[in-house]
Amino acid sequence: MFRQAWQKINSMKKIFLPIVLLFSLTVVAQENMHPSPAQTGTIALTNGVIHIGNGEVIENGMIVFSNGKIVDVRPSSPIMDIKVFDLKGKHVYPGVIASSTNLGLVEVSAVSATADYEELGDINPSIRSLVAYNTDSKVINTLRSNGVLLAHIVPQGGTISGTSSVVQLDAWNWEDAAYKTDNGIHFNMPSLINVPVQFRRPGANDDRVKQGLEKIEGIRNFFREAKAYRNEIMHASVNLKFEAVKGLFDKSKTFFVHCTLVKEMMVAIDLAKEFNFKLVLVGAEDSWLITDILKQNNVAVILSQPHSLPATDDDDVDQPYKTGVALQKAGILFTICQDGGDGFWRQRNLPFQAGTMAAYGLTKEQALSSITLSAAKILGIDNITGSLEKGKDANIVISEGDLLDMKSSKVTQAFIQGREINLDNKQKQLFERYKYKYSIK
Amino acid sequence: MKKKSFLFLLAAAIVFFAGRLNAQSTFPVNDVANPKEGCYAFINATIVTNAQTTLQNATLVIRKGKIEAVGTKLTLPKDAVVVDCNGKYIYPSFIDMYSDYRSETAQKSGGGQRGQSQFLSTTKGAYGWNQAIRSENDAATSFAVNDTKAKDLRAIGFGTVLTHQMDGISRGTGAVVTLANEKENLVMLKEKASANYSFNKGSSTQDYPTSLMGSIALLRQNFLDAQWYKTKPAGEGTNLSLQAFLDNQLLPQIFESSDKWSDLRADKIGDEFGVQFIIRAAGNEYQRISEVKSTNASFIVPLNFPQAMDVEDPTDARFLALADMKHWEMAPSNPAAFEKATINFALTANGLKETGSFFSNLRKAIQLGLSEQKALKALTETPATLLGMYDKVGSIETGKIANFLITSAPIFSEKTIVYQNWIQGNKYTLMEDGWKDIRGNYNLVINNTAHTLSVTGDISKPSAEIIGTDTTKVDLKIKDKLVLMVINYKKDSANAARLSGVISEDAWSGTGETIGGKQLSWTAVKAGNQVLAADTTGKKKKDAVAAVGGEITYPFNGYGFTTIPIQQNILIKNATVWTNEKEGELANTDVLIKNGKIAAIGKNLSDVAAKIIDGTGKHLSPGIIDEHSHIAGTGGINECSQSVTSEARIADVLDPEDIDIYRQLSGGVTSSHILHGSCNTIGGQTQLIKLRWGASAEQLKFSNWDPFIKFALGENVKRSYSQSNNRFPDTRMGVEEVLTDAFTRAREYEKLPAGKRRDLELDALVEILNKKRFITCHSYVQSEITSMMRVAEKFGFSVNTFTHILEGYKVADKMKAHGANASTFSDWWAYKMEVVDAIPQNAYLMQKAGLNVAINSDDGEMARRLNQEAAKSVKYTDMSEEDALKMVTLNPATMLHVADRTGSIKTGKDADLVLWSDNPLSIYARAEKTIVDGIVYFDNEKDKLLREAIVKERARLIQKMIGAKKGGEKTSPAAPSFREKNYCEEDIHTDKAFWGKIEKNNLSIDNQ
Repeated sequence: MFRQAWQKINSMKKIFLPIVLLFSLTVVAQENMHPSPAQTGTIALTNGVIHIGNGEVIENGMIVFSNGKIVDVRPSSPIMDIKVFDLKGKHVYPGVIASSTNLGLVEVSAVSATADYEELGDINPSIRSLVAYNTDSKVINTLRSNGVLLAHIVPQGGTISGTSSVVQLDAWNWEDAAYKTDNGIHFNMPSLINVPVQFRRPGANDDRVKQGLEKIEGIRNFFREAKAYRNEIMHASVNLKFEAVKGLFDKSKTFFVHCTLVKEMMVAIDLAKEFNFKLVLVGAEDSWLITDILKQNNVAVILSQPHSLPATDDDDVDQPYKTGVALQKAGILFTICQDGGDGFWRQRNLPFQAGTMAAYGLTKEQALSSITLSAAKILGIDNITGSLEKGKDANIVISEGDLLDMKSSKVTQAFIQGREINLDNKQKQLFERYKYKYSIK
Repeated sequence: MKKKSFLFLLAAAIVFFAGRLNAQSTFPVNDVANPKEGCYAFINATIVTNAQTTLQNATLVIRKGKIEAVGTKLTLPKDAVVVDCNGKYIYPSFIDMYSDYRSETAQKSGGGQRGQSQFLSTTKGAYGWNQAIRSENDAATSFAVNDTKAKDLRAIGFGTVLTHQMDGISRGTGAVVTLANEKENLVMLKEKASANYSFNKGSSTQDYPTSLMGSIALLRQNFLDAQWYKTKPAGEGTNLSLQAFLDNQLLPQIFESSDKWSDLRADKIGDEFGVQFIIRAAGNEYQRISEVKSTNASFIVPLNFPQAMDVEDPTDARFLALADMKHWEMAPSNPAAFEKATINFALTANGLKETGSFFSNLRKAIQLGLSEQKALKALTETPATLLGMYDKVGSIETGKIANFLITSAPIFSEKTIVYQNWIQGNKYTLMEDGWKDIRGNYNLVINNTAHTLSVTGDISKPSAEIIGTDTTKVDLKIKDKLVLMVINYKKDSANAARLSGVISEDAWSGTGETIGGKQLSWTAVKAGNQVLAADTTGKKKKDAVAAVGGEITYPFNGYGFTTIPIQQNILIKNATVWTNEKEGELANTDVLIKNGKIAAIGKNLSDVAAKIIDGTGKHLSPGIIDEHSHIAGTGGINECSQSVTSEARIADVLDPEDIDIYRQLSGGVTSSHILHGSCNTIGGQTQLIKLRWGASAEQLKFSNWDPFIKFALGENVKRSYSQSNNRFPDTRMGVEEVLTDAFTRAREYEKLPAGKRRDLELDALVEILNKKRFITCHSYVQSEITSMMRVAEKFGFSVNTFTHILEGYKVADKMKAHGANASTFSDWWAYKMEVVDAIPQNAYLMQKAGLNVAINSDDGEMARRLNQEAAKSVKYTDMSEEDALKMVTLNPATMLHVADRTGSIKTGKDADLVLWSDNPLSIYARAEKTIVDGIVYFDNEKDKLLREAIVKERARLIQKMIGAKKGGEKTSPAAPSFREKNYCEEDIHTDKAFWGKIEKNNLSIDNQ
């Protein structure tokens, strides 16, 4: 405790000055950007290549939305009396969903004063990410301009790190941003593999598997108690931790288990079975080894970034690129994420991570589905977003070329709930500033 | 002449009589004096006097701890105690020249990275500055007889060891002692017999060195300093460490290695300073035996072969690397590999977890091809000769110390018993049982009833049965001369009896009792010897050799080559060729490769000798060059202990077997600039390599290349995220001053007259001043970029490259004026304070300002996708595709001064090429063939086969390990394999891709 506090003070001292400079010199313009007002009336986007998100493409299509909701998607045809954007062959996509991220909970990874994603303590289900989500983060705008319009904000740390929420990325404050509030509880599975011999310290208790299993047993007991607590309406004193996980038992909340190895995933499946939880595995790098089991148990996966190195020296050198392909072939519902401490700014590359999966065996539309409709299904928001279908929110991205390929991806317009959002960001502004300096047109 | 011969005779006479004279001693006796001649005669023995010579039916006479005579038909001295060794073998006791018999193994270093740094040694006394240089450490002065340890070593045949304290980089001297349980004064044969070294700083708590390259630099500097110290430099005063280092130079120089590549590292240092090290081998030399042989060193080879792991659980087995399983299978072939390569070597028991496994491991080595003769030589004559002690130990010859073993059979046979280990004429009994071979048929008479008793089985644990119509097992127990036999007749239980008696030569006799309590007397007289079964070791040997199913591959892992590939003519037909030259992109074009060079570019080329690769629909680009990489290094790539470590060299620590080399080839990378990390202002010297998978460390190096060095500025070097930095500097103000100070010192150093202390750190800086070495400088914010340039200008040179340079766009005009190149990330930002203004348009802006710009990885994963990282400039700006690709090919070649040889597709340049499935800037592009110097190192077709072979080979070895476990071999619990991965920041992290997650320790995404 003391050490951490001290560390924070220490790093505050070091960064105080640069922060002041930053604010006073360079980011004034960024602060003038503002969220768009609610959409009213009807808008049509015509003559676009419409990638629905469910695998279908309308080559020359149009999409009509009204008061934030999609009212029509079909081949282009003449339309009267409404505002029309002629896309002239541009590509239209559902807004990309960052399915597991600490976006808005951190501004600069190395500066702990800006980090709000890891709380102290071990079992923290009542900790809520949404309340710390900073809509004014400079990072958010850099995601939108690459087509990421929604994000699942996930707390990290501890064994049960807390409750996550889904936000839309164009808001004045976290209450406006909330898209699906408190939709899941996050369990960080203890490691069930021993450390390499080189890391063992003489005399240390190195049986990590045993330690891990003991910890898991503790979590099991926690849920048993929570379940019993839920059965009784009257309580002498309120237990906030038990209250927070109530929704898992009626499946109004999803049980997200962050794990990597086969044994860890198997334990997660067993745990979810015992309590009849709706289970989603996050990370799940070795999920390609147990696709049958995942399919049988109807487990969904938020796969760690394809742009990773293989887990072992002997693995296929492109294994992480094609793990999603194995899941797709097995019929498992999956999306991809960029997790870890730097999982905020890196979300802007999510479309390209999907593109890599397309290079290694998915069709392009499957790759797109994985980061749109599949993500929405996993997060329980597919009734309102994830694809360009009638009745859903008008969360739309328009790109000059293929959104999944950096060679051609140029996002020109985007809509969240029908509102056309400002695609400017701090980086573009700095670009303009220095184009001016060097007289670059 | 006459006088000289007289002296010689006198000396000879003294030597002769010395053995017979009363041995005086200063030590008082608290008892009645008990002087002894200690004269023994061992007769009727098979005496193996040395590895080449065996005397049958021979006699050995010893007196006063020395060998008096050996031979056949000797006259026995009257005062000799005669020991009949009929049927037994006598060997010289073994010598272990790599032992820490005298002392405990040093505790691991507690040097505190990221905590408070310790800059100087805490050793008390007039010693040197570095705690890992312990040249003054003298094994003889701290030696103490430890009979518990000695007993373990005697039990496996050793009589003499060279002991030293295994602690530090320069470890001081070793002493030769016998393993007799006598006074220290009497067992010490040579007090200074070796000088010992390693790359491991051991118990030193001092920060320097934090890395293998630092250890190497420290040792090299120490060699130089010792020479300089001869001049008695006033500024140094008395330095006992340096004095000792100098004094020790005349001794055999022994270097402990922990890896085959470190054998070569040690030897290279030896070559530089005129020292031929004897190398304590790591155990994996068989994987590169020809390179190891090229050192011309003698080796001390361990027998600590890895244990099988318990891999029954497939989820555990998954994380045991094929390389480690292969090594488990092949490690016992290491000694044989030395023999086959005709390398001079000794064997050591050092490193064995249990000394008890010495003989069984040695037999494994013999099964895999080590000859018994060589094994014996490596345990006797060779170590004695290497230590200059063959006149005293190592064979059974008159005048030598009476160190010998008495065994039941040839020493390396499986069931051989070592009965006694005589050291300095003292008998140490290892096994009593079986000294007398009682096996054979006996006429057993119990109360006048005759039976035939047959004694068979192990000489030390014989079993017995009564032969007859109703053959009955006898429970036979022998203790020295006493015998107990329990006879249980199955059918005739009335005759069941318990017999107790004494063995007196070939006649046994005693009393007993029947089951009914009736008293018995009995005798047994030997009627004939047992017919011994034929020796089957020869057959076993063949079986075992056949049992090694694996092959050595280059590198030694699943993706290695079984034979190192060679150049051939290649003709790539009909591809879209990205030339990076004024021709631009050429459609439907052929490229011919000859002798590793691009021989022709054009349409309809032909070459009958060439292998044809169809490029239809594919794209051919120059190989990707990564300006900033940390792959292929070992022992850490950060020497963080001081702010200036220009003496450290990446070239010393290349690891050519890093799997990331292969993975990056699979992403089209052909050259990587391997940099020191960014934890200090003036880091180490860098190394440009070509990704020649399968080559040795030396062969990886890009030849005739202008040397570079890594500098760093900003948060990492001022340790912004440390909790308690005490290493200067702590601010960017201080960083600038570190630079100014270093170059000021370098300039003054250069001007010093001849005879100066050669300073490896300043040498590198002088090279910079003289434009013989070039800087690549890790940098982020505009203030520090400008400061660095101004310091350089003040000293008359320019900064070749700013790497990372995320705010380069803010001062691109100044950089242009200075003449710097820029090597940056495509889109990284927000991971630390100094990158909050980083923008993905940086590369474009710098290029527009006229700079030569590259995109680098600084990341083992991202390096596989550098082409796509470059493509991000196309996305975020108006950069053309051709210009984007140049940022990862021609532009880095230019800034590394090798654009005359690589970076574009031009006749005469090196054939460093990639054939892509698609436009190389597209996310959908996959490298299908990656060619370096005209050799296809990555080929997606071959890669498929390798994957299948890996699965098969893993399955075979897992089954073999499971079999070993079932067969009763000791196994250790499954543990994942470990591979070092290096990052720009200070710590050696574990494999981030995997362990980072497993450990759940939130390793921040590297570089930084």
